[in-house]
Amino acid sequence: MIRHVIKRLLLAVPTLLAMLTVIFVLVRLVPGDPAIAMLGDQATEASLQAMRSQLGLNEPIHVQYVDFLARALSGDFGRSMTSGRTVLEEVLQVLPYTLELTAAALFIGALLGLPLGTWAALRRNAWPDYASRIISLTGLSLPGFVSAILLLLVFAVHLRWLPVMSAAASDPVDHLRNLALPALNLGIIMAAYITRVTRSSMLNVLGEDYIRTARAKGVSQTRLVLRHALRNALVPVVTVVGLYFGTLIGNSVLTEIVFTRPGLGKLILGALTSRDYTLLQGLMVVFAAFIITVNTLTDLAYGLIDPRVTYD
Amino acid sequence: MTDPVLDVRGLQSEFRIAGRWYPAVRDFTLAVEANETVALVGESGSGKSATALSILRLLPAVGARIAKGSVMFAGQDLARLSEAEMIRLRGEAIAMIFQEPMTSLNPTMTVGAQIAEVIEIHRGSTRRSAMAEALRLLEEVRIPAARQRLNDYPHQFSGGMRQRVMIAMALACRPKLLLADEPTTALDVTIQGQVLALLNELKQSYGMSILFITHNLGVVAQMADRVAVMYAGEIVEFASVNKIFEQPSHPYTEVLLKAMPRVDRDSAGLEPITGQVPGITALPVGCAFAPRCPLRQPDCDRHPALAPLAAEADHVVRCVVRAGQEAAV
Repeated sequence: MIRHVIKRLLLAVPTLLAMLTVIFVLVRLVPGDPAIAMLGDQATEASLQAMRSQLGLNEPIHVQYVDFLARALSGDFGRSMTSGRTVLEEVLQVLPYTLELTAAALFIGALLGLPLGTWAALRRNAWPDYASRIISLTGLSLPGFVSAILLLLVFAVHLRWLPVMSAAASDPVDHLRNLALPALNLGIIMAAYITRVTRSSMLNVLGEDYIRTARAKGVSQTRLVLRHALRNALVPVVTVVGLYFGTLIGNSVLTEIVFTRPGLGKLILGALTSRDYTLLQGLMVVFAAFIITVNTLTDLAYGLIDPRVTYD
Repeated sequence: MTDPVLDVRGLQSEFRIAGRWYPAVRDFTLAVEANETVALVGESGSGKSATALSILRLLPAVGARIAKGSVMFAGQDLARLSEAEMIRLRGEAIAMIFQEPMTSLNPTMTVGAQIAEVIEIHRGSTRRSAMAEALRLLEEVRIPAARQRLNDYPHQFSGGMRQRVMIAMALACRPKLLLADEPTTALDVTIQGQVLALLNELKQSYGMSILFITHNLGVVAQMADRVAVMYAGEIVEFASVNKIFEQPSHPYTEVLLKAMPRVDRDSAGLEPITGQVPGITALPVGCAFAPRCPLRQPDCDRHPALAPLAAEADHVVRCVVRAGQEAAV
């Protein structure tokens, strides 16, 4: 198991380097002079030149690349061009909100999706199966910003159960109330994915020989599902959750905007509208690192679920 | 003679295909005595496995049913027990082992945990004492270095060793009856011999009865006290193992024996059986074997009953020609 963990972690290193390289190239492929973009077209040639040397743009490209890598790996992505604070500060300030939202969405998704998918598989081609398929298809086909607005209209505007704006709150109850709607919005989409995969994966597992063996041992239906089937059905579910994280981030941007909630999504939007290139570049790295981390965690989860993965 | 351990009468199990119910097991009557091994022999699709699964009520919940008959075991009719009562019985009084040792064990549970689970469920033992018993069982089925292997996963075992684990699991609660569904078919011949010898030995020490399903007549000779030959869901001949081999009386049993390679005969004398077992959706009205039978007569259009050969009440045959002739003499 320890060898497996080390192997997976080492595999993440080249991925991280490749990702940083792509970002470095992308940023330099963007047309236009960054110095002009930052100082505006009224700037004097002298001040532009000063800015270029400050940004290191006069160095040869390989020096810039090594410098970029070294800074990136030490967490230095420069300063935001609009706020003047370091990119790391900007990110760290809102990161907890995004992590909290993502974790809550994952929790809601698993809490709804796993039982619903399992139930559908156990009652295959009966009404629970059809109901779960309709629900999950609806969840999958509804764009995140549409469901966000619907949730807002129903629960915040019409029923007035929950706040419309979900900014930070010091009171823990208020904090959870603020989190509820955005998390529900992302959680429903997550649940739709998890339901579908759990159903099909569970159907496969329930047809396996070892499930028949377990029944021949006198294992009850509940124990059969919880102890024998669920764990074996979990690998495809974890795969989908890992892959879905990319979409989740995209959806979280929209969700944060609709609910006026602080987070990486709002930060991206701000950086885009104010053409804050250094901040954007830093955010690209943060998001990519986030995805790489999730994928590494997914790989590690396989090892925890299925002992055959770590066996060489 | 004491009561049989298992007494199946007139069992009919059906599968639903395209909205209609078709019998996979028909008019199945058979008793297994205490500490006896009865072999169920037949080609693929003859209803052997469906019979065993019916006894333990493990047929799929949807699309399969026991339509008729009774399965008497320890004074209860298993065909009429509730699912909760069956759950208490499975793995406790009746255990079952399967053909595919490679896929019949849960890949995400250690073998120790899988054996201990049976004891925990049925005996209410603690995990600790159940694991101690699991270790004893692994030693009993002769897994080398059992103590180290207790926490290994199934993929770390060979096919033969996995089948030993299956046997240990089946024996965990000292069942009165073991249903063995082709337990050695997937194994190498040498391993097969070892597993069969182990089963015979454990049958004696545990005082079990075994219903042994196989299509391998060599295995039958090594294991069985009595043999039931199945064809198209029915028993066509039932007798002691010696009588089946020395005096096969159903034409199907005869061709089955002729189709078996033997070291004491020239392989040129092997006679393959022509034709195929009829599918359950296309059973003939009369004798199911008639279309392939060398002795076919006009009478074979009537469905024959299982009848004793003359003067031999313990040798029954489902054949108008054979049982009818002898009876007429």
